[in-house]
This record gives sequence, structure tokens and C-alpha cells, in this order.
Amino acid sequence: MTDQTQGLKKTPLHALHLELGAKMVPFAGYDMPVQYPTGVLKEHLHTREKAGLFDVSHMGQRLLTGPSHAVTAAALETFTPGDFQSLGEGRIRYTLLLNPNGGIVDDLMVTRFAGTQNEGTLGLIVNAGRKDEDDPFIRKHLPPEVKFTALEDRALLALQGPLAQSVLARHCEQAANLSFMSAIHADVDGIACTISRSGYTGEDGYEISVPADAAEKIARALLAEPEVLPIGLGARDSLRLEAGMCLYGHDIDETTNPIEAGLTFAIGKRRKMEKNFPAAEKIMDELFNGAIRLRVGIRPDGKAPAREGTEIADKTGRIIGRITSGGFGPSVNAPIAMGYVEPKFAADGTELNLIVRGKPNPARVVPMPFVPHRYKRGS
Amino acid sequence: MSEVRFTDQHEWVRLEGDIAAIGITKFAAEQLGDVVFVEVPEAGRTLEANAEAAVVESVKAASEVYAPLAGTVTEGNTALADDPAKVNADPEGEGWFFKLKLANKADFETLMTQTQYEDFVKGL
Repeated sequence: MTDQTQGLKKTPLHALHLELGAKMVPFAGYDMPVQYPTGVLKEHLHTREKAGLFDVSHMGQRLLTGPSHAVTAAALETFTPGDFQSLGEGRIRYTLLLNPNGGIVDDLMVTRFAGTQNEGTLGLIVNAGRKDEDDPFIRKHLPPEVKFTALEDRALLALQGPLAQSVLARHCEQAANLSFMSAIHADVDGIACTISRSGYTGEDGYEISVPADAAEKIARALLAEPEVLPIGLGARDSLRLEAGMCLYGHDIDETTNPIEAGLTFAIGKRRKMEKNFPAAEKIMDELFNGAIRLRVGIRPDGKAPAREGTEIADKTGRIIGRITSGGFGPSVNAPIAMGYVEPKFAADGTELNLIVRGKPNPARVVPMPFVPHRYKRGS
Repeated sequence: MSEVRFTDQHEWVRLEGDIAAIGITKFAAEQLGDVVFVEVPEAGRTLEANAEAAVVESVKAASEVYAPLAGTVTEGNTALADDPAKVNADPEGEGWFFKLKLANKADFETLMTQTQYEDFVKGL
């Protein structure tokens, strides 16, 4: 038996995953839990019903530190389409690293921490599998006065689900009042953490950045709560697919741009007017005149899932696109998928065929998300 | 009296008379995880040995089920279409996939015995 874990990195919660009986798989260079004995289906449903704890420590936590918010935000804006000048203290924004052709180098979360001691600092959370590309890409674009730091001594836990707030409030009172896409520095069971109200499931929830050496203690404390089960990458994928969210390397990559990917919301209004982000002319042209393909949600009519790579045909049999993510949606209780199609086939209700095992399976374009988002927005 | 044999593709074959019922082993079902879709062959289909006969998909992945022996399908377990979870709940019972009238009953003897299969799984 060959040892497939050789050379793989481990998160600070690796031993805990093994203790919990997780099935481990290689993912983005890490040995990660794909599921626990509960199983993907029940883990998924439990997260939508109660609360699930995910180890997302493989993701990259990075800091940009400059002399002022204006300087750091301006530096970030040279390689992203977001408006970071206007990002309020304690607020989080989703954005994209764009290459000179407008292709997506990565998608990430950017946090502006509150307080004068954090002035000029922006926190980034990037995809695990893109750290090696992102780090040099970001460094290359930064002026000398903005410093890049990869935080290697931290873990990242996601607590997701409708009961996440009541669970976390028992360990950190301030967490309850945090609104969606906001972040604070606060103690969790007396340990200094950064808490973000955000996630990748479509549910209310948090991402908690913790010191690596305290990760297991906090994870155990949260898992001890009766509402919480550990959730693996399998359910993380089905949850995000139902929520209509992109998975980097599948639904978006360096060959897709924000318009095609349906991520136009990531382009700030001010940035659209200034047209000073990478490939702005091309991207703005596609925004107004249409892209050559569009990412859409797709529901197969039957029960057979259509997996990534499945060809999409029109009713005459012509191939008009490809599935980029597809599987079974446990909460939808049916197969769901997303993929790229020619724009004239992107309207909701458009009938398509998915070529599964050589046979055309009828399907239709549907709006995303497949399951409504249930975020806790500020009042 | 029936006898059960196994394949290295993690199928079980239960022979009763000259009809063989075929499904995936408990080990295979556990490896697949929650099964969400099953497609079984229709009665009357003739299958060569190792031909693709059925499809089983879990939340994680799609897999083919091959005909372990040549024969003619006498019945597909259509109940699995409505309740694919039977494959996880009772893989070597109610979760059977299809039944074959074997082209050559003697071929059955070429398959692994339970002990051989258990050793095979241990060696993986």
C-alpha cells in the first residue's frame, strides 16, 4: 500500500480529524477530511438545519500592511476590480485577482479591520490551491510601502448554519451582533481570534481565524456543543454548489473573466467609471455588449447527476457549453449543476441536453442559488 | 441453496440455479458513500463479461458496474431508481442491481470466494 499522504501538509486540526474518524483525501496539497463517519449527505443536511464546523485552515491568510488605508486600498485596487477605498472599518468584501487579460487568478475575501491600530491593514483569505500563484502575483503588484505577510501560524475554522450564532455566542458574546460581511477581533473562550460573519454555504455563519496552537481547543469546544457536527470537504462542496458559489479551478480560472462568471457584483461602481483595473476596457465592453459565454445554473430533469466536464448541447445536438460543477444537491434532493453556455441559451427556463454517458439527458437553465441564502444582514 | 462469489471490481454474485444476482459489496458501498442515483440494465439485454451494465453515483462520484460474467439480464432492480439509499442500507441484500441468466454457469467458479475477496480487500 502506497502512502498517499506523503508530502502532504497537515492543518493544526489533522490529529483531531483522525480521532473523529474522518476519511482523509489529498486536497490542494493538504491531507484533508472529505467526510466524517456521519457521511456527506447527513453532514450537508445537518449544516442547513443546525450548525457544522469546517476546518478551512488550508486556505491562505494574508495581510497587506501600508501606512494608511488609502495607500493599502489603492495598492489592492491595481490588481482587483473592487472598490476598497470605500470599504468601511470592520467590513469584508469579496473580490478577484485579475490578470492582464481579465482572467481570474483567484477569488478571495478582503477585510478592513476596525480601530486605529489596524489602520492601513487589509486581511486576505485566498484559496489553498492558489497560494503559490497568488503570493508572487500580489507581491509583484505592491508598492514598496505596502508589506505582504503570509500568516502561517494560524488556523481557520468555519462555523456555518442557522444555529451558528447561538452556538458561538456561548463562547464569544460579541459574535451575536456581528452582521453579514463584517469582522471583529474578539476572544473566543479567552483566546484572541478574528471573527468574520461570512462563509461558503449560503447559510448564516462565521469564519474564525485562530492561533494554530489554540485551534484544537476551540474546535473541541465548538464540537462539544450539541448542535454542532464536524463537516468535511464533500459537504462543503455540495453546500457551496447549492448556494450557487464558484469553486476556483472549476467554475472560474485564468481563462474566465468576471462577466462570463456572473461575478459583475465584484466590480465596484467607482471602478467601472474609472476603468483602471486589469483588462478594464475588455471587461466593460463585455458588460455592456455581452460576453461570449455565461455561467448559469442547470437542473437536470431526471435523477442522473451531470458531473464536471459534461457537455451541454442545444436541442439540435450542437455542443454549446460544458458543466463546471455538478452533482447531487442534498437539500434540493435532486441533481444540480452549473456551467458555461453561449449567451443565447442562458435565459432561465431554456431547455438543454446534458450528454451523460453518451446519452442526451434533458435539463433546463434555472436561477441560482438553488437554495435561498440565509445570511444575517445588518438591520 | 445459494452461493456468493466476488470480483476485484467489488461486486458480489449470488447464484441460484442458473440465475446470478449481482450487486456491489459492502466495502464498495462504504467507499462510495451516500448513493444518490442508480441506473440498472433492462431485462433482455445481453451482456458480455466486463461490459458496462449499471451506473451507481454517490454524492461524490459516478462509477460503472460491470457484468462480472456473460449472460442475459432477467431483471433490473428498478426499486433502486426511487430509493438509491438501499445500496448503502443493504448492499448485499435489497440493494442488488440486476439478475443475469449466465451464458456459461461454469464461469461462476472463476470468481473469488468470500475468503479470497476479504484477503483482496485487506491488501488494498
